[in-house]
Amino acid sequence: MSSDIPDASDVAEAADSADAITDEPEANDSAVEEAAKHVPSGAPPLRVEGLVKRFGGVTAVDGASFEVEEGSLTGLIGPNGAGKSTTFNCITGVHEPAAGSVYFKGEDVTGLEPFRMARKGLVRTFQIARELEEMTVLENLMLAPKGQIGESAIRAVTPGLRGEVVEQEEAIRERAWETLDFFEIDHLATEHAGNLSGGQRKLLEMARALMTDPEVVLLDEPLAGVNPTLEEKLLDRIHQLRGDGYTFLLVEHDMDVIMNNCEHVIVMHQGSVLAEGTGDEIRNNEQVIEAYLGEDI
Amino acid sequence: MSDDSARPSETEAPESATAAVIDAARRSDLGLILGTLLAVYLVAALLTFTDGLNSVVGLMRTLTFLGLVYALAALALNLQWGYAGLFNIGVAGFMALGVYTMGIVVRSPDPAFGPPGFGLPLPVGILAGMLVAAVVGLLAALPALRLKADYLAIVTLGISEIIRLFLQSSAFDTYLRDTLGVGTGGGSGMGMPRNPVRELFLVDGQANTPTALGDFAFGTFGESGLGISNTILIDWAYIAVLAGVVIAFFVLLERLGRSPFGRTLKAIREDELVADSLGKNVDLIKIKVFVIGCALMGLAGILWFGSQGNVSPTPQFMPVLTFYVFIAVIIGGSGSNAGAVLGGIVFATVLFEGPRRVGASLRDVIDAETPPSFADAVATLDPTAFLAFATDNIAPLQFVFLGLILVFIMHRRPDGILGDRIETAAAVDLSERPSGGETDE
Repeated sequence: MSSDIPDASDVAEAADSADAITDEPEANDSAVEEAAKHVPSGAPPLRVEGLVKRFGGVTAVDGASFEVEEGSLTGLIGPNGAGKSTTFNCITGVHEPAAGSVYFKGEDVTGLEPFRMARKGLVRTFQIARELEEMTVLENLMLAPKGQIGESAIRAVTPGLRGEVVEQEEAIRERAWETLDFFEIDHLATEHAGNLSGGQRKLLEMARALMTDPEVVLLDEPLAGVNPTLEEKLLDRIHQLRGDGYTFLLVEHDMDVIMNNCEHVIVMHQGSVLAEGTGDEIRNNEQVIEAYLGEDI
Repeated sequence: MSDDSARPSETEAPESATAAVIDAARRSDLGLILGTLLAVYLVAALLTFTDGLNSVVGLMRTLTFLGLVYALAALALNLQWGYAGLFNIGVAGFMALGVYTMGIVVRSPDPAFGPPGFGLPLPVGILAGMLVAAVVGLLAALPALRLKADYLAIVTLGISEIIRLFLQSSAFDTYLRDTLGVGTGGGSGMGMPRNPVRELFLVDGQANTPTALGDFAFGTFGESGLGISNTILIDWAYIAVLAGVVIAFFVLLERLGRSPFGRTLKAIREDELVADSLGKNVDLIKIKVFVIGCALMGLAGILWFGSQGNVSPTPQFMPVLTFYVFIAVIIGGSGSNAGAVLGGIVFATVLFEGPRRVGASLRDVIDAETPPSFADAVATLDPTAFLAFATDNIAPLQFVFLGLILVFIMHRRPDGILGDRIETAAAVDLSERPSGGETDE
């Protein structure tokens, strides 16, 4: 089963076999990144320090600091309004934090635009699935990979250069099909994404995020509105991918899901980190119980 | 031209040969476009055949020319609006920039012949026209594309009017003459450089000195042959050039659409934040596509108005021109290049030029005097007199027709004629899984 898991080396291989003579820098790049991913570099893949974000008079995030370990499945929980989504948006560059820093593999990436974060290897999904409705499922997936040479308008139209684009497209298409297989939505490949059900959209969104060949995946409530069978399937996939070296940071409302699946749990309350630890430690933490019982769960 | 035609038909065999032809035409873009043109020609021939071949060919020339120039402009707009969702309502302004720049660059520096220019060769003028349209597009895009779509619309509409009013202004004309030694001609406009196509047939463009090719063409089809006037023949030669450019545009934009670049454009149109979160530099891509679109609009302006002898800012480049191009894209189906070409042809012939021609022909066969006013026309209770009044006043009615047909098309096919089709946004076929891949688990 693990051989089905798509990663950058598939594209690199496919591109190499398609064109063994031409030195394809993009493919080599991703191969290098792929190799680097499994080597612990010392610095944690994601570290947040003293993050502050205000909206008018409301301080949504108030000095949150935490670390996500390499290859871990870290859960981020907290009552409504604890600042989880805002923290996500500050990390991924959607919002610029008023203070504090975000470090990606030791490098200060505070305030970088979302597309730069994605290119570095940090990708996110959205709380409410944002599908590109008028594009097919396959097109949604094929949009995501990094280093697509055909994204240059000149390459895309110039007769002599288009051959390489087509070769890369074939490799990307193959990888997209493998990813669809992995998430078991390959039967929907030619369907418009707008026709998918809520659960299928969640699967598509995660599949699309993986197509960017990330190192860290931020999942914003990937299980919201998903039925128990599909939930099982999604969690199963996340565990498999984690085994392959991906790092996950998971925001969820459902305490049980977090406690049962994440080895490390961060609890946020009123914009800052209230507690950190394993599921059991969190379960028995007085402050956490109080925070949750004092508010709407 | 279409991948669809290569796909084996899964539908049942059509009932008749005609149905088979129509079916085949429907499945191929080229067939659909040529079929539409053919139908237009048929109606044009029916309207004018009593006046002789010259009139038939002449009307066909006018309709084809308009259809092709609208197709060009619609293709450029479709790239910006149909693919990337950039709401540019300054099409007229960018076309004006293209054609005016071309005029200024190419016109003779001698002020004796009207507004002076730089006197450079025509290809330089065409490139300069596209370049200036692109640069102004860039300047407009830099601040506006960072804002939401509505602001881009307002900014481009404003720019289009600013361009027109600048060209209209005699103060700007004087200023240019004092500083650069060139002029725009202000409100009276400027004459366009000679059309090189005309010089293929006539030495120095003079009517009485045909070239060898001109001799042959005029002898075979012209006044001494089939009786078609020389002007119309030369116009047809220009139309052939125009058709070549439309095909080149089409191929270029299809390739652009069917590539990772086109895929990113679609993604930006759908949801900018998603494209951004997947590592696409949305601002840069939007600026790129806007600039390419503006350059193509500049070229469309040159080929359209540059061939008309004289350009003037008003009324040629009023904002209504932009909206005509929008209508062409909408009825064709935004997001489809074939739809843009088809929409351009349908708009120019059926909606824009059609009612006037049909009205004039009808008026010729109605044997009644035109009542002096609408009230009189109604009061006579005579349908013939009413029809006579209506056909004599077809110009305002034309817009009623335009509105009605637009409502009809939008009601029946909200996405335009070809808008509901899936335009693949990839350089490879996505319709089925390629063989040789891994099988399902």
